[in-house]
Amino acid sequence: IHFVLLISRQGKVRLTKWYSPYTQKERSKVIRELSGVILSRAPKLCNFVEWRGHKVVYKRYASLYFCMCIDDTDNELEVLEMIHHFVEILDRYFGSVCELDLIFNFHKAYYILDELLIAGELQESSKKTVARLIAAQDSLVETAKEEASSLSNIIAQATKNEDMFGTISV
Amino acid sequence: MAGSSSSIMDNLFQRTLDDLIKSMRLQLLNESTFISKSIEDIRREIKSTDPQTKSTALQKLTYLSAIHGVDMSWASFHVVEVMSSSLFSHKRIGYHAASISFHDSTPVLLLITNQLRKDLSSTNHFHASLALHCLSTIATLDLARDLTPDLFNLLSSSRVFIRNKAIAVVLRVFDKYPDAVRVCFKRLVENLESSDPQIVTAVIGVFCELSSKDPRPYLQLAPEFHRILVNSKNNWILIKVLKIFARLAPLEPRLGKKIVEPICDHIRRSGAKSLVFECVRTVITSLSDHESAVKLAVLKIRELLVDQDPNLRYLGLHALSVAAPKHLWAVLENKDAVVKSLDDEDSNIKIESLRLLMAMVSESNVVEISRVLLNYALKSDPEFCNEILGSILTTCGRNDYEIIVDFDWYVSLLGEMATIPHCQKDEEIENQLIDIGMRVKDARLQLVRVARDLLIDPALLGNVYLHKILSAAAWVAGEYVQLVRNPLELIDALVQPRTNLLPPSIRAVYINSVLKVLSFCLDCYLDQDEGTASSYCGNLAGGQSEMFHVKKHTEAPELVATTCEGSNYEQDEGFNPRNTTVESSDDLSDENDTDRAVTLLSMKNFTHESIVSLLNRIELIFSSLTANQDVEVLERARNIFAFVQMVKAEIIDNSGQNVDTVDKKYTQVSAVIKSIRDTFSMELGPVSISAQGRVAVPDGLVLKENLDDLKAICGDIELPSSSSFYTGGPQFGTASDTSSSNPLKNDESGPSNESTSLLEHRKRHGLYYLASDKSETVPNDYPPANDPKANSSTNDEADELAKLTEKSLLLKKRTNQVKPRPVVVKLDDEAAAPIPDKRPEPINDSLSGAIKDVLLGSEINLSVSRRNPLDKSSTKRKGKKKLGTDLPSEMKENLGDAEKPDLENPNPSSKNKERRRRGKEKIVEGEESDQRGKKKSSHRHGKHKTHQRANSPLNVVSQAPVIPDFLL
Repeated sequence: IHFVLLISRQGKVRLTKWYSPYTQKERSKVIRELSGVILSRAPKLCNFVEWRGHKVVYKRYASLYFCMCIDDTDNELEVLEMIHHFVEILDRYFGSVCELDLIFNFHKAYYILDELLIAGELQESSKKTVARLIAAQDSLVETAKEEASSLSNIIAQATKNEDMFGTISV
Repeated sequence: MAGSSSSIMDNLFQRTLDDLIKSMRLQLLNESTFISKSIEDIRREIKSTDPQTKSTALQKLTYLSAIHGVDMSWASFHVVEVMSSSLFSHKRIGYHAASISFHDSTPVLLLITNQLRKDLSSTNHFHASLALHCLSTIATLDLARDLTPDLFNLLSSSRVFIRNKAIAVVLRVFDKYPDAVRVCFKRLVENLESSDPQIVTAVIGVFCELSSKDPRPYLQLAPEFHRILVNSKNNWILIKVLKIFARLAPLEPRLGKKIVEPICDHIRRSGAKSLVFECVRTVITSLSDHESAVKLAVLKIRELLVDQDPNLRYLGLHALSVAAPKHLWAVLENKDAVVKSLDDEDSNIKIESLRLLMAMVSESNVVEISRVLLNYALKSDPEFCNEILGSILTTCGRNDYEIIVDFDWYVSLLGEMATIPHCQKDEEIENQLIDIGMRVKDARLQLVRVARDLLIDPALLGNVYLHKILSAAAWVAGEYVQLVRNPLELIDALVQPRTNLLPPSIRAVYINSVLKVLSFCLDCYLDQDEGTASSYCGNLAGGQSEMFHVKKHTEAPELVATTCEGSNYEQDEGFNPRNTTVESSDDLSDENDTDRAVTLLSMKNFTHESIVSLLNRIELIFSSLTANQDVEVLERARNIFAFVQMVKAEIIDNSGQNVDTVDKKYTQVSAVIKSIRDTFSMELGPVSISAQGRVAVPDGLVLKENLDDLKAICGDIELPSSSSFYTGGPQFGTASDTSSSNPLKNDESGPSNESTSLLEHRKRHGLYYLASDKSETVPNDYPPANDPKANSSTNDEADELAKLTEKSLLLKKRTNQVKPRPVVVKLDDEAAAPIPDKRPEPINDSLSGAIKDVLLGSEINLSVSRRNPLDKSSTKRKGKKKLGTDLPSEMKENLGDAEKPDLENPNPSSKNKERRRRGKEKIVEGEESDQRGKKKSSHRHGKHKTHQRANSPLNVVSQAPVIPDFLL
């Protein structure tokens, strides 16, 4: 897999992950080109697009297009499975995932993707394992936070208060 | 105190990522200003000493970079800082940022080696996993080299998910640092035997990728792969294994037999479409010799083709197109389904089926398929329509119209294509029209007919995409004017008022064609007149005008002597070769008959009145053009204008005079006309692309001089592009100069020389022309193809041409009933010219060489792996056990085998490097000794045959581990 893209129906990018080297310029060009091609395709067409000697497999879930760019020799159906797999894991993690979840937790989506794919290869084909790993890491983060200096706790408290004041004053 | 308080303040008021995203969503209008403002904040915050603030800032920056493409290379040092935090939550942000923003040339990469090493060997597995992720995307040569030992340790980690990731990272590391193979490869192979499917998936994934670059080294692992293929139930693994086998099977013919059964089993049993498809693809790409398997695969493909799911239909077509080169029957069997898919709503499917149809095309069905496609083209959207037209054109035009038998049909097809409303393939059609005109003599009649139909329709002139085609048509009509039924009508078409819609360059072609047609008409008219004068009856053998002239000479020499000027004499002598041809070679008489018939038919139309009115009209039209802005148009229009005025003056003056005076007075004009006609009737042939290359570069000609200043000179002049039209497509560019320089040689007096501008330019800037006369006339200047005498003296190209022509004519004589395929003039070197395609070199020779090394001689690599001698030795022992060989019994033999070639390399110390470099040669030699080894060992081992991957000749010390080849 060369890269993974998540594009909303409006053409907004929700997530990008590059496994082959692309410069920033190339990246935005790729995104522009592909979103043009893919978004203009009507539903009920096939999910494969040939593009610059590669194939792009995409699938639409609600308002999000999941695209993966693969080699010509790769198995398209397998990649389609992979996308579905990713979505199912997201779904399990967020509890019926929606676009907003991905917008606000974009880093988490990344972590999940990282567990799933490494170096552009599928690593973890078990949904349970991915979920377990992510949960473990999250709890690690949580405990780390709790252990963290009291200062940041205070600060966190303070920011919350701040917010409350803010809402009251408004 | 102040510092800490400011950092608290920062922290207090810092926006979190959530805040950023929220406010970003509120900023609908000026997103970019908001982003730049946020970046400013981030720049400030990221310098904070508080790790929390810093990491939050970095997280925001990462977000902006990933989603909005903001550059974050400036922050790379801060990324390293955050990475080195001991807190997982910070570390994670840091690593994530690194894997997104770092690339090979990031300077701080040098700083993170130790950090990565620390994390890789960390007791916290999540830290290790973060480091692995990062390494998988950013590893460079240095990183890979320095971290290989750590990676090696992780390859045997007890944590499955860590081992998994380590295996995947190996892929990147091998890619960057091939020597890592020596250290890690054994363990990688061991993992293949793991009971955990996840690990096997990972390993197979790595091998799948590795084998895509160069499959050879992995042949020895085939038994392992085979075991997985048979036993595994996991589709992910199976698909990858199939991919590996698809690459291995062509290398080892015996492998096919072994894997074909399990694969067919999978096809029959599996419910997973992806697996079935992969099996099908493997069969049709790599096992195409196994007929039953192919049949089964094609059966499956047919199921896919009629499936509801567009994905499967698409893949079915795709699989067919893979099969097409070797199993055309599979495509033909499914023709109906393919044609039906042309109607699919999905353009991808349509294009795929179009490709398939084009693969099906052969001599016998090209007419039918083109008809079907053209119908589809008519009713489909412009884009696909052009797709269709383009593929018809390329398929039919391939190899000089290899598959076309009936050129009349093809030419009319081209004409039909041109009139399709959406057609935008103008350039291609243009080239083919002219190309066929020059290459296929027999098609010219039809070509002229098609051209006439195109030219005569005033509606076509309004279509921009037709202009190029029209110019081709105009050229064809002018060039082969003797085949035109009604030249007057043609002139009408060429000068119709709507031609002012044409761009100047094409208009110039039109005008030039007018000149050709006009000179032809006048020539015929004068012949008629003279014919009546010398009581010439129309049914004499020589219908052509030139012929007639010679007759006249013989019949009335005194007349010629008195009336003809010297130039006329020379002229007639110039015709002699052609004349003798006509008389001597009977072969040509058929053809001339038809020519004459047409010519005579048209000649009848020229009465004096019609000629005069024609001249008047042309004069009228071109008088307006003499003020045209464009140089090309202006030049040609003026030439014609002057020519017409001159001719008209004489013709009108002499109207109503008696025959004798007419004859006398016309001579001056007729000389001019004749010479013009002569120039134009010179046949143009295709010129080989490499023709110019054969001409030796004259002394003193600097070809590689910088021609930058040429631009300044020719900036505003439209260079030959318009005049190259004269002869045809771009590859005939050289021919254009001949055609324009010939008239000059032949008739200096000719008032109508369209090429004077070019010539003058050439004189002025002669420096920049490639020694024109020499280099260009040699390949071009051969006389018309039907001139054997001259041909023998010219170069081989013309010879070839003549031979072909003769052959075709003979053919025509023999088989009169069946219409033969007309000759397509081909230049022998045109096909031979392209560079012989190089054999694809294995891309990462060093990598596969290294892998081969490891697989071949595990012993010798011990000395190489400096870092982990302990681990290595254990590996070695294991490896030996695993491979299950009885080395001692083979040892002597191997040494014996290896000794002889060893003489070639007296320097064993450098063998490692040498061997890696010579990876490829070794393979060949390995194969040889493999055969030897097998013979020898077969009797010893009896049933348990060993397949011995022999060592290379250079590999003296090492013994090839003998792999029990249960595949073979």
